Amino acid sequence: MRNAFLDTLFELAQQDSRIVFITGDLGYRVVEKFMEQRPLQFLNAGVAEQNMTSLAAGMALSGKIVFTYSIGNFPTMRCLEQIRNDVCYHEANVKIVTVGGGFAYGPMGVTHHAIEDLAVMRAIPGLTIVAPGDPVEARAATRAITALAGPCYLRLGKAGEPTVHTNPIDFQLGKAIRFREGKDLTLICTGGMLQTAAKAAERLAGQGLQTRVLSMHTLKPLDEAAVLAAARETACIATLEEHSINGGLGSAVAEVLAEAAGIKVPFKRLGMPPIFSPHIGSQEYMLQQHGLNEESVSNALKTLCQQRR
Amino acid sequence: MKTIKELPVADFARRIRRHVIVMANRANASHIASCLSVADILAVLYGRILRVDPQLPRWPDRDRFILSKGHGCAALYAALAECGFFPLQTLETYYQNGTILPGHTTHKFTPGVEASTGSLGHGLPMGIGMALAAKRDGKAHRVFVVLSDGECDEGSNWEAALFAPHHKLDNLTIIVDYNKIQSLGNVKDVLDLDPLADKWRAFGWATQELDGHDVAKLEKALSGVPERPGRPTCIVAHTIKGKGVSFMENKLQYHYTPPRGEELTRALAEVGDV
Repeated sequence: MRNAFLDTLFELAQQDSRIVFITGDLGYRVVEKFMEQRPLQFLNAGVAEQNMTSLAAGMALSGKIVFTYSIGNFPTMRCLEQIRNDVCYHEANVKIVTVGGGFAYGPMGVTHHAIEDLAVMRAIPGLTIVAPGDPVEARAATRAITALAGPCYLRLGKAGEPTVHTNPIDFQLGKAIRFREGKDLTLICTGGMLQTAAKAAERLAGQGLQTRVLSMHTLKPLDEAAVLAAARETACIATLEEHSINGGLGSAVAEVLAEAAGIKVPFKRLGMPPIFSPHIGSQEYMLQQHGLNEESVSNALKTLCQQRR
Repeated sequence: MKTIKELPVADFARRIRRHVIVMANRANASHIASCLSVADILAVLYGRILRVDPQLPRWPDRDRFILSKGHGCAALYAALAECGFFPLQTLETYYQNGTILPGHTTHKFTPGVEASTGSLGHGLPMGIGMALAAKRDGKAHRVFVVLSDGECDEGSNWEAALFAPHHKLDNLTIIVDYNKIQSLGNVKDVLDLDPLADKWRAFGWATQELDGHDVAKLEKALSGVPERPGRPTCIVAHTIKGKGVSFMENKLQYHYTPPRGEELTRALAEVGDV
């Protein structure tokens, strides 16, 4: 996803000189092309996320389309008030981009586990939040947020995720993509969990359960219509995210369901418990430890479906 | 009545002081002493230095000014009103329900306010972005930021302090309103900044110190920026908290307490009329 983003942004930057890419001193062997070929549209702000974010707002208020870039928690939580006041309150055209959402940097330790970022960002007014599900969505998302005038948070995995969408997609901000159709349950996922969702749905199909899979690439504004349609048309709903179950996709969907008149549907949030992980290991290992691998997810979904009977 | 450009700067500053004293009294608002310490700096900037147009507040080639010490907003509102960004009568609504003049500078509400500040340590980094964009676009406009001394406690300013000289932002000037008193006490007792000018110098800024109430010196220094080509300019302006009203000068209390009753009369008498 990282490469899909950077390649797409580089293409766009060649056509639009307003685009500026600012890194917080990260991106070894992936940002050099930008630096060398578009020097007036590139900036390494150093390891100084507060200054990076405020100056991005200052540049955006001078007509630029500015992308700030770093690992998970650094350009989000480290400079939270700069995002709130300088970027969002000023409606500055700044796109905050992170790599390593979730456990992509699992072995690096808890400082590098980005599992509360969506919850924190979701609380800030005026910020569009996008977490694409695979490289295809990442490319489309990069184009869409560049065209969107205003603040945005783009949460990426890292590099090397498989392409999940084998067919062309219709990517619109705020509109979930229906990846798979089914009536027994709906699994709403965000970010790189799309792959796990697709596999879990396949596994459940083998056990006679038909799953609707929604890729909720835009967490805010949430596609409430897609959530409500799922509640009406399928028997139960689960959410799946590489993030705390508090404040992210699960909470956002729960808010919609809880306030919808006349809707009662079994519901389950799958994600990280709101703790600092006691485990250290690869992304795959971390997801397994926290019940977020294909097998655990499909088992949890099966249990949910059994509850309704 | 003389326009602001025709008025002696000292008289413009006197008007700002009169306004903020009345505004703080009427609104029962805090930060009067912070407004009085920055009044001369704002008078010089708006009277002599800034290329801004009250009729076109968003003119693309305007100089950018950010009052990073957003709590000094009443002084800025007075300057903006005197320049004609909005009617003088609007000052009467300062800090009241439904006003366009809130207790910290807010771009969404007030014509002529470039950036919303109030949380300290944001104005300089934002100004850096504006200066960098201007440089890269080959624009001639300049960026001026006024910081408080207490604000220099914020780490974000020192990230910015590293950045601006490295990127040769000589279209950027900061003025530190060094009035030596912050929220809970004297700067030297809370978190000493001295030697403040040497710190900015060491970070690579063309730095000078002057009396922040000497309008002639301020005008000379600000007219001469960039002091050194390729370097951002820092002016450490030694000021007096509460300047112009003897019983408020150097008193922490007037970071909070507005002049009331007899104090109002005395304060206005000391500042004098224009």
